[in-house]
Order: sequence, then structure tokens, then C-alpha cells
Amino acid sequence: MPMTNFDIKNIDPEKEDNLSFEELIVNMGPQHPSTHGVLYLELTLDGEVVLDCRPHIGYLHRSCEKIAENRTYVQFIPFTDRLDYLASMNNNLGYVLTVEKLLNLQVNERAQYIRVIIAELNRVASHLISAGTLAQDLGAYATPLFYCFRDREKIVELFDTLCGSRLTYNYMRIGGVKNDLPPGADTSIKSFIKYEREKLKEYDDLLTYNAIFLSRTKKVGILKKEVAINYSITGPNLRASGVPWDLRKEEPYLVYDRFNFDVPVGEAGDAWDRFKVRLEEIEQSFRIIEQALGGIPEGNPTVKINKVYKPAAGEVYLRTENPKGELGFYIVSDGTTKPYRNKIRSPSFSNLAVLPELVRGVNISDAVCVLGSLDIVMGEIDR
Amino acid sequence: MKTLILQGLAVLGFVFFSAMFLVWWERKVSALIQNRVGPMVVGWHGTLQTVADSVKLLLKENIVPSGVDKLIWWLAPFFVVVPPVMAFVTLPFGKSMIVRDLNVGVLYVASMTAICVLGIFMAGWGSSNKYSLLGGMRAAAQIISYEIPLLLSSVLVVMETGTLSLQGIVEAQAHGWFILKPHLAIAFLIYLIAATAEVNRCPFDIPEAESELGAGYHTEYTGMKFAMFFVGEYTSFFIVAAMATTLFLGGWQGPFLPSFVWFLIKTYGIIFVLMWVRWTLPRVRMDQMMSFAWKVLTPISLANLLIGGWFMVNA
Repeated sequence: MPMTNFDIKNIDPEKEDNLSFEELIVNMGPQHPSTHGVLYLELTLDGEVVLDCRPHIGYLHRSCEKIAENRTYVQFIPFTDRLDYLASMNNNLGYVLTVEKLLNLQVNERAQYIRVIIAELNRVASHLISAGTLAQDLGAYATPLFYCFRDREKIVELFDTLCGSRLTYNYMRIGGVKNDLPPGADTSIKSFIKYEREKLKEYDDLLTYNAIFLSRTKKVGILKKEVAINYSITGPNLRASGVPWDLRKEEPYLVYDRFNFDVPVGEAGDAWDRFKVRLEEIEQSFRIIEQALGGIPEGNPTVKINKVYKPAAGEVYLRTENPKGELGFYIVSDGTTKPYRNKIRSPSFSNLAVLPELVRGVNISDAVCVLGSLDIVMGEIDR
Repeated sequence: MKTLILQGLAVLGFVFFSAMFLVWWERKVSALIQNRVGPMVVGWHGTLQTVADSVKLLLKENIVPSGVDKLIWWLAPFFVVVPPVMAFVTLPFGKSMIVRDLNVGVLYVASMTAICVLGIFMAGWGSSNKYSLLGGMRAAAQIISYEIPLLLSSVLVVMETGTLSLQGIVEAQAHGWFILKPHLAIAFLIYLIAATAEVNRCPFDIPEAESELGAGYHTEYTGMKFAMFFVGEYTSFFIVAAMATTLFLGGWQGPFLPSFVWFLIKTYGIIFVLMWVRWTLPRVRMDQMMSFAWKVLTPISLANLLIGGWFMVNA
């Protein structure tokens, strides 16, 4: 394989610049261990240094938005599970909230509290996977990944008892939720929080303040505040750059305005900050869950759930704070049982768009680290 | 002649048995660290899993990708396996268990383990794959850099004993292992770090770097040729651990048990520590690794050499 047109015979010892260089184009993905799904990155390398990066997407395209036009409002809920499949509950929630806004539907208090608890638990599960996969991308040989999956498993089991599924839940309903919390859910969630708080200290020892981990993530992939806003980055990635923007605070939906919690922000906006902000958000989610469990009212969260809805003609846009960022649904109704248009604004799409900006000039190892720290999910990029 | 053949067969048998055992053991150790059980199906606690895997690899189709540099590509696995096996010739397993006690033992083993880099680089260059090429380049840079602190720390032992023969070095430790002397303890640590890099293990597994380069230099190899890279890797792994035992931990010296048992206990102890490190730490970056070799390890081992020499002259 001719890498350069270097020939020993042509070397003139008097001349300084004897070697000519070629750029190396490496196709990273769509099958590659650290592209987080079927992402294809076209990397232009000079040796090990990334000169340019062009993400190619579309390998997981399933026409979710077109499918929505041929389904009733209720029928589309399971499709939202498949967007960000690591945070299905949050996707369900975003969609049903949008439809409820379109219908002007009031949801009873207990259902709202249950939604908050479940959404926050799913946020914890999503952040755990993000932490584990970042460590895996840094070459920590699956140990942190297995630890994170061990802890996530407890949340998944809880969801299993709640709605019978482990990954795609289809739990939120327009007007309520599918089931009430199972008996004993209160104690099992509390014991999980107690257990996980201990484990978070373990993560700090194993990863967060590990010298190698620090040297690999500090000052790597710095995302400046202005760049983040220009690329409409949202979620933990934006907060890691120092912008305290959290929809749960800024535009409270459900009953988030009743809870006391902080919005963790980073300083430098590097990969370590993004990792750290996610770990801190887990703790904040626990605070919300504890307050919600303390104040949850009695009632039946499954009341008044129809099979078919027929909203008046009109349009609605609603965004919610997903683990990856802001998930928005823009639904246009023409007065029939099916939406005329359902546009999904997915957070990972914007978060991926900034990748070329961050990896230009860094080492190929750091490019993998930056991609891991952005925490993208292909399911919602391609939709 | 007959004994020579027998000795050769014994070495080969041990090499392959040891590589198989290490693969199984590594899987069990990693499972222990990661809350798993590891292989459990084939044989008692999966002991025969590696045998089954080897049979599978033997039966696999030998795929030669188009565009490879055939000669280099075919030769590379042999360059990875043969030199470490040759290093076994002079390893003192026990009091009288040594094939040939060469009078240049330390130098011989060091040069044999260093030849492996040639095989890795050939694999990376000949594969006609960009990831493999990057892996091969990384391996060449890494192994050559870490060779220097590795040898500098071994030199201290040679200065202490005045011999390059490994059996002679072990016998010189009859009244106390070298690791008990402060300057040699530092040399032991340097040796261990450099040896980890020398055999491409985490946190220095940069040439393979699964999450960056797929599998690095051996991406394009299948079947038995792929298995040979594994055998070579684990044999080198055994060699560096055995050398650490011989140079610093008193080799086969030890009370009660037969001498070769002591040797194996110490060697596998070091191997266990290196496995433990591998399954716990993330990988360092290429430039960090190089600057660590040249700016930290090499100066420290040079300073250590000076201090050790001063001790020897004045004591």
C-alpha cells in the first residue's frame, strides 16, 4: 500500500524537505466499537491528528415522523420509545405532554407525580450508561461499563414490575399513565437511591478523580459557551459549558416547580465537565424523586384514558428536558384522529453537529473521547 | 541430541499450555473484577474453554484480504511467536531446570522480546488497512521507547551481580531478594511499568486500542494466524513476568516447596497484578505515553543507575 511517494533514491541530503506527506482518510464506522451505534465518521488524518471530521448519518432512519402521520395519536406512543432508546420514558412523556397541550387535557396530580418519578429514574439510567460508555471509549476494558449496567439493572427491573418491559416501555398515556405504582415501589426506589449514592462514591474513586482519566478528559474537546449556543446544544453538554439552562427550571412542566433542586454547571466545557455534570445530575434527580415520593397524593392515575382522540385543528410545540437535552414535538392537527405533521426536535442531532468543531486538531484517541462525552444516541438522530 | 529434542518439546508444550492457561485465567480475573462469572460451560469452571476456542480457530477459514503484502503479512505472526519462545531457552525455572544457562542471558532475553515489535510492525504495514497501519506505527514507537527504561533497570541488577547469566543472578539472591534494596526496588517498579508497555497491556495497550482502532495491527488476521498473535502476546507476557521474578524477586529461591513451584508462584503473582491493573485503568493517550517514557521513566532510571552505582562503590 503506497502511503507516501517516498523513495530512498530521491533523497537529497542537502535539501531539508525531502519527504512529502499525504492525508489519510479513515472511515470510522458505521461498524466501529465506539461510534455509539451506526454512525459513520469520515476522518481526515495527518498521522494521528484529526484534520477534519464529517459525520454521515442515516443508517438508522426509520421514518418515524412519516409513520406518525398514519397513526392515531395514541398509536404513536410506542414509536417514541425507539427514539432515544436509553430514555424511553422521557420520550413518552414529551410526546404525551405535547398531545395533552393540543387537547387541553388536565392530568390528575398523582399521575403527574408518578411521571416525574419515572422520568427522573430513567434520566439516572441514561446518565449511568453515558458514564460507562465514556470510560469504555477511553479503553477501561468494560469494567466501569459493567458497574454502570449493574446499577442501571435495578432501575430496569423496577420498570419491569411497573409496566412489564425493560427497554421500550410504552408507559405514559395521553391523560395519565398505564398503571399505578406497584405496591412496595416506594421502598424499593428509596433503597435504590441509598444504594446508588454509595456507588457514586465508587465511581468517583474509579473514574472521576483517577489520574489517567483526568489526563484523558481534562482540556479535551472544549466546547465554548458561545459555540454551544450557536449550535443549539442542550442538556448536560450545554450546562457543562457553563450555561445554567434547564427546562425543568426555565419552563417548568408537570410539577417540577414544586421541587427543590439545583442545576449543576461545568466551568471549562471539556469532556471531564460533561462527565461530571451528568454524575451530579444523578444526585439532583435523586433529590427530586425523594421529594416527589414524599408529597405524592392519593388518587387514580389511570382515569379518563380514551383510545382515540380528535383534537381541534391547530398546532402545538412543546419541549421537555430529556437526559440528552431538549426533546421537542411539533404537532399539526387537521382536526382528524391522525396528526397532519409530527416534527421531532431531537437533542442528539444538534449535539452531534458540533463534533467536527471539537475534534479538529486533536488526536484520534481524543476524537473518540469527545464523541463519547457528547453522549449521542443514533436512534433519535436518524429517527 | 535426544535430550535437546526433549527439552525443545518441553518448552513448546509449556509455552502453549501457559498461553492457554493465561487466557482462561485472564477471563476469570476480569470476570471477578466485573461482577461476572466468566467462562463456565466447557469443562470445570470453563477450564477447557480456551481449548475449544483454539480448536475453533484452527478450523477457521484462512482469509487473505486482497491487497496485502503477502510475504510480510504471512511472516508477521511467526515474528511475534518465535522470539518469545526462544527466550525460554535461558529462563531458570528451577535449581537445575534450565535449558541452557547462557552467559549473556539478560541481553538475550531482552533482545528476543524486542524482536516482537518487528512482527507487530510487519502485521500493521502488510495488512493494507489504515487502522492496522496506525496500530503498527504506535507499537513501533511505544516498544522502542520503553525498551530503554526496561534495560536500564535490568542493568542495575547486572551491576549488582557482575554477571549476565540468569542462573547466576538468581544464585546471587540467596541471601536476600534484590527488591529489598531501595535502589533495586525503584528499578523493579520501573521494570514493571516498562514491561507493561513492552507487552502492550492496558494502560499502555495503545497499538490495539479497541475503541479507537478496531483491533489495531491484527485486525485483518483470522483463524490460526490470529491465534498466533494471542499466543505471542501471552508468551511475551509470561517472559516479562518471569524476568521480573528472576531479576528482582529471587527467581526460584524459596523455602520448603520445590524450586520451580516458587518460580511459578512469583511469576503468576506478577501476572495477576498486571491483569488487575489492566481491568481497572483507562488507556493513556499516545503522546502522553511517549512523554511519560522519555521525560519521566528514562530520567528516573538514569538517576537510579547513578545512585545505585554510587551505593555499590561506597558500600
